[in-house]
Amino acid sequence: MPETATKLQVSDEVAVQLVDVNKWYGQFHVLRDINLTVQRGERIVIAGPSGSGKSTMIRCINRLEEHQQGKIIVDGTELTSDLKNIDKVRSEVGMVFQHFNLFPHLTILENCTLAPIWVRKIPKKEAEETAMYFLEKVKIPDQAHKYPGMLSGGQQQRVAIARSLCMRPRIMLFDEPTSALDPEMIKEVLDTMIQLAEEGMTMLCVTHEMGFAQAVANRVIFMADGQIVEQNNPHDFFHNPQSDRTKQFLSQILGH
Amino acid sequence: MIGKTSPSAPYVRKLMLDPLPPPAKASGVSLWLREKLFSSWGNAFLTVIGIGLIWLLVSHFAPWFLHGVWNADSLAACRKTIATTWGEGASGACWAVIRARWNQFIFGFYPAEIYWRPVLTFVLFLLALAPVLFSQLPRRLLWGSLVYPLVAIWLLWGGSVWPVAMIGVGFVIGAVLWRVLVAKNAILAALAAVVVPVLFWLFLTGPIDDLLGKVLPVSIQSVPSRQFGGFLLAIVLGAGGIVMSLPLGIVLALGRRSDMFLVKMFSIGFIEFVRGVPLIALLFVASLLLNYFLPPGTNFDIILRVMILVTLFSAAYIAEVIRGGLAALPRGQYEAADALGLDYWKAQRLIVLPQALKISIPGIVSSFIAMFKDTTLVTFVGLFEPLKSIPDTIRADFAWKGIYWEFFVFVGAIFFIINFGMSRYSMYLERKLKRDNR
Ligand SMILES: Nc1ncnc2c1ncn2[C@@H]1O[C@H](COP(=O)(O)OP(=O)(O)OP(=O)(O)O)[C@@H](O)[C@H]1O
Ligand SMILES: [Mg+2]
Repeated sequence: MPETATKLQVSDEVAVQLVDVNKWYGQFHVLRDINLTVQRGERIVIAGPSGSGKSTMIRCINRLEEHQQGKIIVDGTELTSDLKNIDKVRSEVGMVFQHFNLFPHLTILENCTLAPIWVRKIPKKEAEETAMYFLEKVKIPDQAHKYPGMLSGGQQQRVAIARSLCMRPRIMLFDEPTSALDPEMIKEVLDTMIQLAEEGMTMLCVTHEMGFAQAVANRVIFMADGQIVEQNNPHDFFHNPQSDRTKQFLSQILGH
Repeated sequence: MIGKTSPSAPYVRKLMLDPLPPPAKASGVSLWLREKLFSSWGNAFLTVIGIGLIWLLVSHFAPWFLHGVWNADSLAACRKTIATTWGEGASGACWAVIRARWNQFIFGFYPAEIYWRPVLTFVLFLLALAPVLFSQLPRRLLWGSLVYPLVAIWLLWGGSVWPVAMIGVGFVIGAVLWRVLVAKNAILAALAAVVVPVLFWLFLTGPIDDLLGKVLPVSIQSVPSRQFGGFLLAIVLGAGGIVMSLPLGIVLALGRRSDMFLVKMFSIGFIEFVRGVPLIALLFVASLLLNYFLPPGTNFDIILRVMILVTLFSAAYIAEVIRGGLAALPRGQYEAADALGLDYWKAQRLIVLPQALKISIPGIVSSFIAMFKDTTLVTFVGLFEPLKSIPDTIRADFAWKGIYWEFFVFVGAIFFIINFGMSRYSMYLERKLKRDNR
């Protein structure tokens, strides 16, 4: 595995490790021999054509999907069917979805305090303070008492990020966080993510925002047909792709 | 302007338009009539037919209604008054029977000297209901609502206070077991929270009641179930059924979607069986068969038996309504709950059910209304419900022999008021929840 150059500091501690991971949907072999090691503090961008298994892979990391072969170790805990381990991993790993998935029946503040109160058993007042801290960080403290339906897509996605952060996760997963957004809202969400990256959060991010990848990623991983086809630092990945699949993909998304 | 030039001609707006108020809406009676009733020949035709039908109905019933007699001590006296006031052959209602037998309609054969007990129970019922219905009231009041059923049971049936208290103790034991065990194993906790209280009620409460009854006898006159009747009976069955069928319906709906094979199969089997069998058949089971299955000597109260069957019946329907609500929730909600580390029960309670129940409100309330009306079927197991049994009893008195319509109208009106109230409440709740979170 090629060692990648790091722009921001990366510790030598392992945050996520996937070893020979295989998964099938019925007969369909969706993940094939995936091997991936993510150091703490590393920021990884995962790209690839539609249907290549990107979502499936990161959803396996917090067990929203179950893998059938191989090992996934998150923060030193191996994911097995043991519910204790799954809960432990899930409370350490934050996830942001393409469609935000905020809880529409709760206010923004309640969205952010729900898991800390019920999972972490943090007192309500403290949870609310934490929530306000993160809402300020994503720049929407004044919306705290509104309901998700009253916010724009970009605001909702920033709330979703704040909601995850309120659990004080050590790892964040993003699955195309900007692809359901209008162009003028993409930037505000990306800015939030860049800020997070600068603070040293370990991030795995499925996205086609190549500007974002160039700005913060340590490594870009290119997937096709359920396999990791190529990985490299962003500069070399974009300017000097090796495999034909990568070249083809890049020419399509960069439009030349 | 732009329409006059060719569509591809370059165009730049020089003057931005100020917003204008919307054009005034035309209004007025004649406009309304024209738009709503006579907008076309077909529509006008239907309007005329409709008015004709309404007139036919009203012209037949209005005199009967208005000629009604309120003061009389028999049907014959009613008829005489109508004939003398409105002329020979005039039709008229004999409302006097409702007045004369009002207490029977309300209380059945409940002992007259303790009517205050059901009345007090009803007043407390309204008080207990208020915090459940209106979330603006302080949440602490809900504790009162939680204890209320036990108070109601004691007030209505009377007897020693201890058996009722022991029912409460059983629930407390169940709740404590659940609380303690749920962190370890949810299935074990659920099992313990059900089985232990049941064992407690079956084997321990008897001796404890005897003992406490001797040491500290607190007792009021006891009233057997057979003496309950009229709207007292209907409301006891309806309210009891509603209170118990909602949680059971929720459990069944969750069970039907469960990954656990046995739980799922049991839920499906139960729901399909109950929905496939007429309620009357279940009521006959309640009145006859249950006695064979229960250990000899146990006298399982008939109202309780019927209430359980009505509850099971309604719960099956409610479960299906709620399942529809659950299915309407996007998968993302479950995934977000999972991703945040909420376990199954917390996710259900905090994320899934509040949303699913909100969607299901109209269906749930429909089931409640259907069930409340179905309580009149208990006439077939010999209970004195207000629609058939009480009128039959009243007609057995020679003075009122031959009266039918007045009973139907009166009982129908009361049922309508209560059910219409439920319906309005459900609309209020829907609107409120919609306003709260769009
Ligand atoms: N629950 C499922 N059952 C069966 N097949 C599935 C399921 N989920 C995904 N797939 C299939 O697995 C493949 C990989 O899906 P995945 O969502 O991981 O792709 P992706 O790389 O995230 O694509 P996209 O860029 O469109 O999000 C696709 O071909 C998809 O059709
Ligand atoms: Mg995807």
